[in-house]
Amino acid sequence: MTGMNMSVLEARKGQVYEKGDGPFKLKCNLDSVPGAVSQRACVFCGSRVVLYPITDALHLVHGPIGCAIYTWDIRGALSSDRELHRLSFSTDLQERDVIFGGEKKLEAALLELIERYEPEAAFVYSTCIVGIIGDDIEAVCRQVSEKTGIQCIPVQSEGFKGSKRAGYQAACNALFRLVGQGDTSGISPHSINILGDFNLAGEIWIIQDYYRRMGIEVVATITGDGRVADIQRAHGARLNVVQCSGATLDLAKMMKERYGIPYIRVSYFGVDDMAEALYKVADHFQDESIKKRTNALVREELDAIYPEIVRFRQALKGKRAAIYVGGAFKAFSLIKAFRLLGMKVVLVGSQTGTKEDYEELEAITDPGTIIVDDSNPLELSEFLKEKRVDIFVGGVKERPIAYKLGIGFCDHNHERKEALEGFIGMYNFAKEVYSTVMSPVWHFVPRKAV
Amino acid sequence: MKATNYTSTTNACKLCRPIGACLAFRGVEGAVPFLHGSQGCATYMRRYIISHFGEPIDIASSSLGEKHAVFGGGPNLKQGILNVIKKYEPAFIGVATTCLTETIGDDVTMILREFQEEYLNESHSLKIVSASTPSYAGTHMEGFRGATRNIVEAMTRGVPAPVKKHSINIFPGFVSPEDIRYLKELARAFDAEITILPDISETLDAPILLEYPKIPKGGTPLRAIGQMHGALCSIEFGRSVDDTLSSAKYLSDEFGVDAHRIGTPIGIRETDIFVSILEASTGKGLPEEHRLERERLIDSMVDGHKYVFGKGAVVYGEEDLVIGLTSFLSEIGIRPLLCATGGKSPHFKKAIMEVTRGLLPEPPLVREGVDFWEIEQISKELSPDIILGNSKGYKVARALKVPLVRVGFPIHDRIGGQRILHLGYRGAQWLFDTIVNTLISAKQESSKVGYWYF
Ligand code: SF4
Ligand code: SF4
Repeated sequence: MTGMNMSVLEARKGQVYEKGDGPFKLKCNLDSVPGAVSQRACVFCGSRVVLYPITDALHLVHGPIGCAIYTWDIRGALSSDRELHRLSFSTDLQERDVIFGGEKKLEAALLELIERYEPEAAFVYSTCIVGIIGDDIEAVCRQVSEKTGIQCIPVQSEGFKGSKRAGYQAACNALFRLVGQGDTSGISPHSINILGDFNLAGEIWIIQDYYRRMGIEVVATITGDGRVADIQRAHGARLNVVQCSGATLDLAKMMKERYGIPYIRVSYFGVDDMAEALYKVADHFQDESIKKRTNALVREELDAIYPEIVRFRQALKGKRAAIYVGGAFKAFSLIKAFRLLGMKVVLVGSQTGTKEDYEELEAITDPGTIIVDDSNPLELSEFLKEKRVDIFVGGVKERPIAYKLGIGFCDHNHERKEALEGFIGMYNFAKEVYSTVMSPVWHFVPRKAV
Repeated sequence: MKATNYTSTTNACKLCRPIGACLAFRGVEGAVPFLHGSQGCATYMRRYIISHFGEPIDIASSSLGEKHAVFGGGPNLKQGILNVIKKYEPAFIGVATTCLTETIGDDVTMILREFQEEYLNESHSLKIVSASTPSYAGTHMEGFRGATRNIVEAMTRGVPAPVKKHSINIFPGFVSPEDIRYLKELARAFDAEITILPDISETLDAPILLEYPKIPKGGTPLRAIGQMHGALCSIEFGRSVDDTLSSAKYLSDEFGVDAHRIGTPIGIRETDIFVSILEASTGKGLPEEHRLERERLIDSMVDGHKYVFGKGAVVYGEEDLVIGLTSFLSEIGIRPLLCATGGKSPHFKKAIMEVTRGLLPEPPLVREGVDFWEIEQISKELSPDIILGNSKGYKVARALKVPLVRVGFPIHDRIGGQRILHLGYRGAQWLFDTIVNTLISAKQESSKVGYWYF
């Protein structure tokens, strides 16, 4: 592997592996190497991602202004009514707050915003310097909750206290405080909560519709198009259906422990995983009519997209794809989706995959595939070239790397405006891959001229 | 008009301080910007910058974790710099602090001095410059100007001044890559030797490439920066720039380089001032093709004046951009109703008054330290016809059902923010055409008749 010698720092060598290159060993779950321009974010980012789609809650970022600005409405989580989540609230700490403490300011800000927006609940996120100056946000939240009757929930998301995954945990802790407060009467025995879907581009509506057609009641959507009141009665559901490797799994575990609600893990990306998710849920309820409806639904949905997929497949066959995503779970589905399109995955990596994730990736990829943990632009660009990639799937920070080298790109991140989940999502994905790979602009890029 | 006093910030109209420093560092040749803090800040800033420029931007981070926050981030900073040196082979590293490292009290200057002694010997040409950029004291503009000045200081202090040259220093502030390319073209037309600092014209707007460069090409050459104190004069754009952040002031105080601290050349009069300085410094008149641009601009202003006369505008963004745009709007007969910035500069209001004097029936409302929530509240009462500013005001424009002309940074909902030309007669021409057409198109779309011949 020539490229690797050039661009992989010594300290990062253990986090890159090429399948077939000796026995599989990949280090992960490490702190980012200083100076390595990691694509990772912070604890706060993790919490913000998970909680942000709750549309009728106030999301107040306690800290200096940047942390709030950079997360202002950057994701495509849609709402069916209120849109409080699309505003960016901050205490905008100033020098004197840093010296004398920011509790007073936080309290004033909270009171004022609760009065202005009348939210159903308020989340207060702490950022790095709040952790240092030692504001007791728990106490401030308690006081304001008492004063206003609106539940204020602290989110312990100081950025430096781990990676994004620690932020997921903090968010789950915050969510768990809401669960259990609502009235659960009248909930069907065939009921679920959808966990780990953020309603990007309206995806949760697609999934919800499938469950409805199967005859299953969705109690709470956590957190896409989420409502405080729904989450408060989420403990009335009989099953938690959890998507995504890390974001809301902790909540499912806590709910299992306290309320005895079982959970299953699913993915809604790609036709195989999508169908499997629905079958799993149907199986859980052991109800023949649900099973029948599920079978019919899957057949109907597949029939609708199949001819299109075949058409895309003809054009895309043999093209080479690279994947670099936040959590590894998405990568599994993407690999399958590319296979369905007849394409080859030659590079796959994630910011925060676990040991188990990488073992599974190793198992399902072809020999020669590069597997990488917590990568960075220089490495990625090197891999893209070395593997002669036709399309790169990733997030905002990966996009310019692909484009600068004249390589196609598919946005598969929280900013996407196209629904990629569900059966229709597979169609959209194929179409997006097709429209970047087949564009005539690649005729003019230097890469094609050599 | 006064919005109620409030404590919270809703939809801030400013950015945090280190992002400005990183953008300035990005305009130095062979540079890698480096954030001393936890990983999140660097990642967030990168994606924010990427979404505007559509360019990769690597900002290294010392990636502090919990234990570093307690025991100090020095070792991580050093290790991080070593890794950057190994991987990027930079000629320059610009270190900006963050709220975290400022709060825990890391003495970055000292850490860097130690680093210099421990790892770099005489033969090493690597330059490391730091900027203190706590966001709880200042916005991205203070970050940008401060870092620029720190670069100049670090590259000239104690360096014998070169023999007086005829070159001109230009400190443009935070303008677009297209703006910088225009300045270069103008200087070429004058046959003037210039040093623009920072120069993001290529580093943040590079062509398509075959090889991914470790560090993008372009940026102000270090050699040229090291000779800025021998220049004939400095021209610094921005009426709001404070003395303490002014690079031109520094070069004039320390080395006697003539300082022309003028408004950002947006519109006719501010550009005229800039051009007259170029004329005086080079001893040449405005070259023909640029004179023609000025005259065509005025010709078009006559052609289009009726479409814009008396219209009301809300302008927001960085202080100097707002001042420049306000100046231009008042030249074409549009009434700036509200001039707003999220920053706080003691010179802002005064500058707005200066650039509008004599051209407006009544002075605009000037607000600093505002957020978009307040801008929206005030604007509702002012009923503007047009809004000018970056993408972040789109929500306000949408709520008011008023068209938004996108200028400045960031532009996240359109392509080509890096190619917008704000400066000079040519920039004014683009602005004028865009503003007029935006107003016409708003009228056309809301018209029952739908005229299509004007
Ligand atoms: S901590 Fe400070 S530097 Fe970091 S993003 Fe927040 S405001 Fe910006
Ligand atoms: S200051 Fe901390 S919480 Fe805020 S963006 Fe930076 S790392 Fe994240």
